[in-house]
Amino acid sequence: MTVPGKDRSMELQKEMLAGHYRRLEAAPEAGEPVVYTFVPGNLTELIRSFDALPVLPEINALQSAMRGRSQGFIAEAERAGHSEDVCSYVKCDVGMLKAGNIGPTGTRLPKPDLLLLSYTGCYTFMKWFELLREEYRCPTVFLHVPYQGDGRQTPEQRAYVASQIRKELIPALEKVTGQRYDEERLRESLHRSAQAEDDLVAVLQSARLEPSPIDAYFGAVYYVGPIFSAFRGTPEGAAYYRALRQEVEERAAQRLGPMTPSGRLDSQKYRLVVEGPPNWTHFREFWRMFSDEGAVVVASTYSKVGGTYDFGFRHDASDPLGTMADYCSGCYTNLSLPERVSMLVRYAREYRADGFLIHSVKSCNSFSAGQLTILREVEKRTGIPGGFLESDLVDARYFSPANLKNRLESYFQMLDARRARSET
Amino acid sequence: MTRSSVLDWAFERYEDLDFTAVRRWIEEAPGRKAAGYLPVYAPREVIRAAGMLPVGVHGGGERLEIIKGDAFYQSYICHLPRSVIELAQSGRLAMLSAMLFPSTCDVIRNLSGVWQLLYPQIYVRYLDLPQVADARIGADFWRGELAILLRDLCAVSERTATDAALREAIVTDNAARAAVRELYRIRRETPWKVPSEELYVLMRAGEVAPVEEFLEKTREYLAAVERDPGRPRDRSRVIVVGAFCEQPPLGLIKTIERSGCFIVDDDFLLGNRLIGADVPAEGDPLRNLAEAFVRSAVKTSIFFEPDPEGKRRLLSERVAAARADGVLFAAASFCDPALLDRPMLSAGAKAAGIPCMAFKFAENTGQFQQFREQAGTFADSIKLWGTQ
Repeated sequence: MTVPGKDRSMELQKEMLAGHYRRLEAAPEAGEPVVYTFVPGNLTELIRSFDALPVLPEINALQSAMRGRSQGFIAEAERAGHSEDVCSYVKCDVGMLKAGNIGPTGTRLPKPDLLLLSYTGCYTFMKWFELLREEYRCPTVFLHVPYQGDGRQTPEQRAYVASQIRKELIPALEKVTGQRYDEERLRESLHRSAQAEDDLVAVLQSARLEPSPIDAYFGAVYYVGPIFSAFRGTPEGAAYYRALRQEVEERAAQRLGPMTPSGRLDSQKYRLVVEGPPNWTHFREFWRMFSDEGAVVVASTYSKVGGTYDFGFRHDASDPLGTMADYCSGCYTNLSLPERVSMLVRYAREYRADGFLIHSVKSCNSFSAGQLTILREVEKRTGIPGGFLESDLVDARYFSPANLKNRLESYFQMLDARRARSET
Repeated sequence: MTRSSVLDWAFERYEDLDFTAVRRWIEEAPGRKAAGYLPVYAPREVIRAAGMLPVGVHGGGERLEIIKGDAFYQSYICHLPRSVIELAQSGRLAMLSAMLFPSTCDVIRNLSGVWQLLYPQIYVRYLDLPQVADARIGADFWRGELAILLRDLCAVSERTATDAALREAIVTDNAARAAVRELYRIRRETPWKVPSEELYVLMRAGEVAPVEEFLEKTREYLAAVERDPGRPRDRSRVIVVGAFCEQPPLGLIKTIERSGCFIVDDDFLLGNRLIGADVPAEGDPLRNLAEAFVRSAVKTSIFFEPDPEGKRRLLSERVAAARADGVLFAAASFCDPALLDRPMLSAGAKAAGIPCMAFKFAENTGQFQQFREQAGTFADSIKLWGTQ
């Protein structure tokens, strides 16, 4: 392995996000309206077609955690009466607001002109924006995206979502921005989204190679950052994904692995599929537990919460409202458990995984409820051994390094033993 | 029939984790089938119009030992799904031909997927209740969902649904809702006449009994209450908020009322009165059901509140309607809807000078002394110092 560092694309996305936070701080003076919304089911192209800027509260929370600031915010929210049982993203966000709304990069976040509650795959989103509305007293639009309980979106459900976008969301955006809906501008943006999605899928699918030139869980967090946050549909976003793809293809051509906290991981001992979001308070420490053992993640579900592009979805500029409905409906946490199992089974096979891990977080029932059933089902269908780890998103009290390391080491020893048995 | 004989009937159904009465109903005539549903709300009229018996599945409470259920859920997930799984894995729900999972929270939503994986022979449907500000869009969507549900349940029951059957189901359910409203009215106005323990088991029996039988028993209970109204007592009047999904153990309800409180409003088994008005029977019955849901569903934590002032006002309104002295927040541990709502509801109540107290429970909580002390102190403080 080489000395730990960061790939060019990692630095680039960091600069893009920092630039976005600076722009948000200046938004009130610049007269740029601000729309708060969530990563799953985000309608960034539509928001930006009105010259408004998106704020993603989950991104604020996870970025705060990566900078060691979430614990104070959570304590602030719990002092204000929020239960220890509920989602730590919400408490981190509420605590940040109560502490002056200074964002993770140290810049002040503007108040929202509109809360766009895209209700996609997470019940907590609803309460989160009700809580924020109590604080900000601003207009709120609720976009109800039906859950894919039967594993597919019906035409009626698609029409229901599109109808809400047309009749409720677009008029609300027109009102708060003072601009008319410009469908041509939206189409151009959606076209750029599809280009970026093509490039992102090529990057994610490069993990089929051995060695994998990417880490599709920890590393993918950097890769999906721009498309999950403010840059889908923008020229900067499209340029980033073109550059990222080039970088990964160059690495693949040289048979190099991804940069990790342990250095470049060229020698890859275990290929893993991971379900569930990462821990953010100890992100690099957690990653290192994998990379020190030579484990690379070749596919993950977390990298699909902002869109399941690798299963074929692309934004379609010819049908702007319909494609936005399709996008929202298809986000990972909006999929039924059987669909999630099928996806994991497919990953395990197509990416030739040695193992399958679930990282279950206390905060997120949308992900976590049912994961033990997923574990058994994926094991049954693939014959690949599963492992189960537990911590949290942004509450460091639930991250137990010794316990996690122990479990992981035992898991890798078990993989070794299986491998040795199969070779004899 | 006496009050105690009605209560015996209700207790028998409440305590029977083998659902013997449901099994008996199924066996009484060839081709009969039953459909289970999880909290909070399922359109029982549609289930009955498909010729099936609606069966509320509200967990195992404190009476069920969890052996297999814990293997399905992490410690930080509420208790209800593990006891529901326990019921299923032990064969106690084997008589159900369909299971419906309403959009109450992510845990119940994902339980629908667990069911699909574990019991592929059972019809499973996630009921995505509409949540939009535009009533027209919401009603159109929900009517479509109800039509699919009716079609699918008829395929399970091998019956043909007719508008006449739907209308009959609506009329009967209107009568049941009216009876429930009447029981709640009497308890609100004269809580010593209808102890919450009795009201609760009667409501629980209504979750598994045929609606006609429930109506008959409820009317007998109401008549018995008139004959034997009990002795008026002076206690603090409280609303119990937050227990709309996982149900509190009966001991907890009894404890609250034995610690110096009268419960004059609650969220227990909220689905049986979620639609607050009669549903018209004439015209398109599915449209009527959809419109009734969209326009007259009571406000509760499982729904988005479109009115920015709604959360702050809600408890003031409920307290005024029930002439309550205070609010007890009683949420199940790890219940996202109740616990995420609590800071907003609590802020509104406190701003209105309404005394509040909060605790958490699990359906299998077995020790009530702490609740007795908390609720007793709360009741005493109201009596001593009144509302602010």
